[in-house]
Formats: sequence, structure tokens, C-alpha cells
Amino acid sequence: MGGFFKSSIGRKVAMALSAFFLMFFLIIHLAVNITSLFSADLFNELSHFMGTNPLVQFALQPVLIFGVVFHFIMGFILELKNKKANGVSYAKNNGAANSSWMSRNMIYSGLVILAFIVLHFIDFWFPELNTKYVLGDMSGMHDGEYRYFHEMVEKFHNPLRVGAYVISFALLGLHLAHGFTSAFQSMGSSAGRKKTLQNIGKAYSIIIPLGFIIIALFHHFIHQH
Amino acid sequence: MNLTLKIWRQKDSNAKGQMVDYKVTDISEHMSFLEMMDVLNEQLIESGEEPVAFDHDCREGICGMCSMYINGEAHGPDRGITTCQLHMRMFKDGDTITIEPFRAAAFPVIKDLVVDRTAFERIQQAGGYISVNTSGNTQDANAIPISKHAADEAMDAATCIGCGACVATCKNSSAMLFVGAKVSQYALLPQGQVEAADRVQNMVSQMDLEGFGNCTNTGACEVECPKGISLDNIARMNRELMKAALK
Repeated sequence: MGGFFKSSIGRKVAMALSAFFLMFFLIIHLAVNITSLFSADLFNELSHFMGTNPLVQFALQPVLIFGVVFHFIMGFILELKNKKANGVSYAKNNGAANSSWMSRNMIYSGLVILAFIVLHFIDFWFPELNTKYVLGDMSGMHDGEYRYFHEMVEKFHNPLRVGAYVISFALLGLHLAHGFTSAFQSMGSSAGRKKTLQNIGKAYSIIIPLGFIIIALFHHFIHQH
Repeated sequence: MNLTLKIWRQKDSNAKGQMVDYKVTDISEHMSFLEMMDVLNEQLIESGEEPVAFDHDCREGICGMCSMYINGEAHGPDRGITTCQLHMRMFKDGDTITIEPFRAAAFPVIKDLVVDRTAFERIQQAGGYISVNTSGNTQDANAIPISKHAADEAMDAATCIGCGACVATCKNSSAMLFVGAKVSQYALLPQGQVEAADRVQNMVSQMDLEGFGNCTNTGACEVECPKGISLDNIARMNRELMKAALK
């Protein structure tokens, strides 16, 4: 089994497995965030639960961080290995004749998503860790009410940040448009399921990023000062 | 028609190559691409220059010997054909055609447009066969029941001629379409299933050893393959390797 993950196909499978976890996480994240469109209270309660539940915090969160880091590092390693396997470049190469832009540029859409994650961590995750584990305030309260909804609305005032988020989500959509079906193909999904998976992949890669875009724009335009 | 050709010229495997421009005139649209290359080479020989070296053999689209990366695509702009079956009617008078060897670190250039594709042979030798005792008691193959569906799929995989267009096309220089086809043609049949686990493990490790890249499922190989080998063969190879690893 150890030899398996050192093989080219084993690495593909590892890439796909981490992708599955990350795609599952995106569904959960969107499901929680979407509540902010219609109920600040529900959003607050869900955020508090996710932020303080020990199972989420100390089991799922470390797995998630590992999944993200692993997916990126493995992505980079594979990119470098593939560059080496290429040898001399073609003087003329018509990639558009046989493959999609998304499939040929996963590394670039991935890099944009990585930059976004850094921004997102600075915006939300690091302040959360600071409040909860450095300052030791696990109450989730500020001035007598839950702070989560208010904090999120504050972040989406800045049009530059909202713009960066929207662009990143669009790139996430392109990454998923190839990544979703690619992960299943790597896991050896059979030919009979191809059409179904392509359709689910299309829907997933549109719905998930669009959901996040709507949330960012909604709070930007609804809660103007 | 009159054409300008930009062709990769490289004296030998150690030399530094470069693109060189040539002109050919009065090319008939009914000529095959290789016949057009023959015209160019006769022209070069007459003027005392070194002809362009390129691989070819049957010129019937079945041997897998001809290669060439033409205008940015393996075997040129047409679909489901090898370079020998590409015809000049696919081009227009006055066109400039870029002609390069198949590129991959595992396919080093021997001379001009000729590349060393023996890596495929070593992969094949690592497991692309079945062990049959041919001592005179060989069982009649028709005595083993095989479903029509499996037979058809195995035959589709077996149509791979090992030309290397998949590797040349792949942005990662991955050989997985070739190896997937070779693994599949046996994995689908009872005669091949006996040694399936060893076969896929040995062939994949030889493929990795040869320095081919990792498949990222762009699907470019399937589009450029002259025999229309399906990406499903790569998925099947992945399944076979996972099965073998869990054994």
C-alpha cells in the first residue's frame, strides 16, 4: 500500500481524495453562510456551534487544514514533476484544439484560490483563533449579543475585499469545473456514470461559487453605512 | 499549392536543434502529408542538402510509426488519423505549417523529427502480455465464454497502435492513455485477469521509471488519439491498480 501512494496513479488518487474532502467542506461552509441572507440569529448560532464544538474544532478543523495544505503541496509537486517530464517545449502548441482552458490551467486557478485562502484567514480565521484561544473568550459575544454576523457584515463593507472575493470565487468555479469530474476519473469511476457525474459537476461548480458570490454582494449592498 | 514549412532540424540526439524554414511548390491537395515531405526531401537531396529524417512505415494508418507534431497537434489538425493519413487538402495555398517532433523527456529526439519511443516497448515488456503454455495442449480460445460487451471493449482498447500521440499531446507528457489501453485489453478478458494485479503494478512502475508525467485528466490524449482510445481506459487502469494495492 505504501508503494501505491508513491506511484503516479497513487498521487492522483491522493489528490482526488483530498479534493473530495474539500468539496464536501465547501457544501457545509456554504450551507452555514447562506443562512446569513435571511436570519442573522440562525447564522450566529450556527457560527457559534461550528466555532466552539470540540468535534468540529479539534477533529474536523485539523483534518481540513491538512487537506488544504496537502492538496496544494501535492499539486505543486505534480506540476513540477510534469514540467520535468515535458522536456523541450513546442514552438507551436494548439492546446485549445483538444482540451478545456480550465483543465490546462488548474495550477493558476489553484494559486488564486491559495491567495484567497491567505486573505480569508487574515480576515476571519486568525482573528477567531486570537479571540478564542489567545484571549480565551469563548463566549462568542460582544456588547451583549453574538458577534459573528456583525463581524462578517463589517468585512464586506470594503468594495476591494468584495471584489477580490468575487474574482476568487469565479476562479474557484473554473477550478471545480474541471476538478469535480477529474477527481472521480482519478478514482476510476466507470464509463456508465460519466454523463451523470459531468452534469453534477457542472451544477456543483456553478452553484457553490455563485452562492458565495451572492452572499458577499448581498451583505455589501444591503448593509451600506 | 505553395507552402512554407517550419521544420525542427536536429543533427543527432546531442546536437542543439532549431526551426528551419523551407518552401515547397506545386503540392497537390491529394497528396498525403508524408508524400509532401517526400517532395521536400527530393528537393533537398537535389540541392545537396541533408533530407529531413522522419519516421514512417506502413503508410496505411495502422503501424503507429509515423509521428510529427503539425501546427500544434499530434498527427496534425484532422481527427482519428495518423500523419500518413493526413492529406494536404486540410491546408490552404500559402499556409505556413509548423512541423516538430513528438516532445517528451521520455521520447528523446534521435534526429530531426525522429524520436526514441522504445520506452513504450519497455512498458509493454513489463507486463503487456499473458503467459500461455504453448506445449501443444493449448485450449481453444472460443471455449471460454466472453460477453460481447467485454469483447468489444477489449478490442477497442487493443486498437492502440502505440504511436505516442497521447504522450506528445499531453501537457504533462503522461503515457496513461497508452498504458491504460494495454492494461485494459487484458483486464477485460478472462485470459488476462489471472495476471491482472502483477501486470498493472509492473507496467505502471515501468511507466513511472521511464519519466512520463502524471495524468491530470485534461482529455487531450483521447481527442488526438488516431484510434480514438477512450479515457475510460485510464479510469479502468486506476481501478485495477487500486484493486492490486488492496490485495
